[in-house]
Amino acid sequence: MKLLYFAWVRQKIGRSEEELSVPASITTVSALVDHLRRRGPGYEAAFARPELLRCAVNQEHARFDARVGPNDEVAFFPPVTGG
Amino acid sequence: MSEIRIQREDFDPGAEIAGLQATAEDVGAIASFIGIVRADDKMQAMTLDHYPGFAEREIAAHVSEARARWPVLAVRVVHRVGRLVPGDRIVFVGVASSHRGAAFAAAEFLMDYLKTRAPFWKLEERENSSTWVEARDSDDESVKRWRQ
Repeated sequence: MKLLYFAWVRQKIGRSEEELSVPASITTVSALVDHLRRRGPGYEAAFARPELLRCAVNQEHARFDARVGPNDEVAFFPPVTGG
Repeated sequence: MSEIRIQREDFDPGAEIAGLQATAEDVGAIASFIGIVRADDKMQAMTLDHYPGFAEREIAAHVSEARARWPVLAVRVVHRVGRLVPGDRIVFVGVASSHRGAAFAAAEFLMDYLKTRAPFWKLEERENSSTWVEARDSDDESVKRWRQ
């Protein structure tokens, strides 16, 4: 799975993207968030309040109950602020 | 024809307008808007972050909506990302049409969208701090008037 992070999510996690093998049991964005939170303090800080985050699956806006799989691109970011 | 570019480098407004005129026949009007970074609240610089691919698609969807609403011949959107300082050009929107009404309306519609809901994130630098700008509900007011 390809993961992308933007704005303060990227800053807290300390990287802009990564390839991750996630357990097959993870099939939704919510489950993925729970999984990522346990990867370290930066992740815990970034995902502490998921309601502050938005996500996209394969470059389309997605809700946290959206399904995800090993070949998906999943991005996490704060609500957009315009240009 | 529509052209959407997200780039770090500056743009030449005259060249963008000339390009718009050259892309369509029967152009009778070109409305253009250029946004420039302001030094509000002693802001020294802002850095725009974006999601490549996703941002272009989101903007393209709104350009399509503008084209569905007004008889537009050509649209060009150029948005800069990266670190910008007050006085820097940040955005160009140009709309070519046969008549000025559609050109003005579509350009304003696109700018209201870009300023409020386009997929960018802004980090503002001041003397002693850098802060990410939070989404503001008040921005929605300028967008609401198009939803009728």
